[in-house]
Amino acid sequence: MLNYIKLIVLGLITLFALIAANYARDLAYLVNALVVAAAAGGVFLWTLRQTGEPVVKRDLSGEYMDGVVRAGVIATAGWGVVGFLVGVIIAFQLAFPVLNFEWAQGFLNFGRLRPLHTSAVIFAFGGNALIATSFYVVQRTSAARLWGGNLAWFVFWGYQLVIVLAATGYLLGATQSKEYAEPEWYVDWWLTIVWLAYLAVFLGTLVKRKEPHIYVANWFYLSFIITVAMLHVVNNLSIPVSVFGSKSVQVFSGVQDAMVQWWYGHNAVGFFLTAGFLGMMYYFVPKQAERPVFSYKLSIIHFWALIFIYIWAGPHHLHYTALPDWASTLGMVFSIVLWMPSWGGMINGLMTLSGAWDKLRTDPIIRMMVISVGFYGMSTFEGPMMSIRAVNSLSHYTDWTIGHVHSGALGWNGMITFGALYFLVPKLWNRERLYSLSLVSWHFWLATIGIILYAAAMWVTGIMEGLMWREVDANGFLVNSFADTVAAKFPMYVVRGLGGVMFLTGAIIMCYNLWMTVKRAPAVEATHSAVPAE
Amino acid sequence: METYSLLREFADSWMLLALFLFFVGMVIFVMRPGSTKTYSDVANIPFRHDDKPAAAGDTPARARDAKEA
Repeated sequence: MLNYIKLIVLGLITLFALIAANYARDLAYLVNALVVAAAAGGVFLWTLRQTGEPVVKRDLSGEYMDGVVRAGVIATAGWGVVGFLVGVIIAFQLAFPVLNFEWAQGFLNFGRLRPLHTSAVIFAFGGNALIATSFYVVQRTSAARLWGGNLAWFVFWGYQLVIVLAATGYLLGATQSKEYAEPEWYVDWWLTIVWLAYLAVFLGTLVKRKEPHIYVANWFYLSFIITVAMLHVVNNLSIPVSVFGSKSVQVFSGVQDAMVQWWYGHNAVGFFLTAGFLGMMYYFVPKQAERPVFSYKLSIIHFWALIFIYIWAGPHHLHYTALPDWASTLGMVFSIVLWMPSWGGMINGLMTLSGAWDKLRTDPIIRMMVISVGFYGMSTFEGPMMSIRAVNSLSHYTDWTIGHVHSGALGWNGMITFGALYFLVPKLWNRERLYSLSLVSWHFWLATIGIILYAAAMWVTGIMEGLMWREVDANGFLVNSFADTVAAKFPMYVVRGLGGVMFLTGAIIMCYNLWMTVKRAPAVEATHSAVPAE
Repeated sequence: METYSLLREFADSWMLLALFLFFVGMVIFVMRPGSTKTYSDVANIPFRHDDKPAAAGDTPARARDAKEA
């Protein structure tokens, strides 16, 4: 019976999407409507083939739901390579503008590809990593199967649809011009539905947990899911111009809009790229080190301090703007206070290895996790420093910001995700070990050297750029034109591009290694899991 | 009084105090006597149910420890 309702709904969605495509007012909307029609039509056919078939009822409560985690791992690795590749392309487009090909103007030039890169790495790579690992971790630490049955699959596929709609929209020009929140209104609405389903699956699993205590990693994951829901809805309050067009108008305007945008933007960093990934750290670092977290007390204080403080840090993106000084000072002060929980968390992660430091020599996966926590500490030192108004007057609008973001994103988020993937794949596909540890070492060094080249190049070019912009001669006239700074940055841009190539190569090696692990590595021998009677 | 001023005044007085007290209370709660034992138990949660969920008849870890003690 349920299948018939599903079929009616899916049929209607397909129909309305095709009608929308017919009346579409712009190309991006047309293509997105066709994508929706294809997706809904595909699910319609799939459901149709299941309908009327005899259903075998199996009691699955005795096993974890790992299929969706496996799919998430594949999606993470795949989108990661795509996102890094687009990053390398746009890095070279900046160094060599001729790569903005004339025949691809309006589709593949820097302005169109840049949001594709940021969204692909943050939301496609990072988001899939967060969804997959949160589903894995919440089951293991609650000792319960995911709540909601196939709702978890809806979350996975629904999220992939968000990514495809957003990506095609960017290339064809649909954007609401809000950094990291570019997708237009209908993608925002769909993401809200998917995200609430995600919250339901996660919370439902926590509710039916068998462990009385909620492990700290789940606290971080839960704060990430709830806060992102709140940020996403408030920052995307907009009125569509037409139901049949992608353009929408923001409800907030002027400095209020800017403040809401950076409240969102900085907490996308704070809760998406920090709290969620700290959830990963609190599970995978102890698992890989085979010892519990250094201080559980510190982890609880870390959690509350982080979420109490991060939410206020946004205004530091708006120094020297129309935002009142008291607000940007507030943001700056909270950014500096943030140093403490950040470093508390870093120390907690690193000290988890105390007594097992020898593993750093033998286990390249733990090395990856440790360097990721190291980069976390470094970028959470750099960030508060850059939020100080005086420093910001030099660093803002320069490549220093880009360097800072990448030492955090490539170093912290990238490395901890790679570590988690290397941990998860043998477990999920029931393999004894990874295909090759020396390939992990290759990945580790390529990625590390790549990040260092990237960050160092951006520090140099950012500070140089900032100093050139403010340089005045004896009469008080500016010395350099903007084009002078662009010309001076060329060598650093090439170095940055090469760093990106190394990072991308590492990720491709990882994909090969994980693929061969599933294909070739020996399977775990079936043990007769006889549980001794207590 | 207009809504903005009212909320603004509430936010930087009572709400600020409430959040601050919650935070201090949390730190004190974490340091409560006997918490070390509890936390060293829960810190081991990741090492318990790697392969499959707890069966319906399984007693939760804390109850099991209490029984053994």
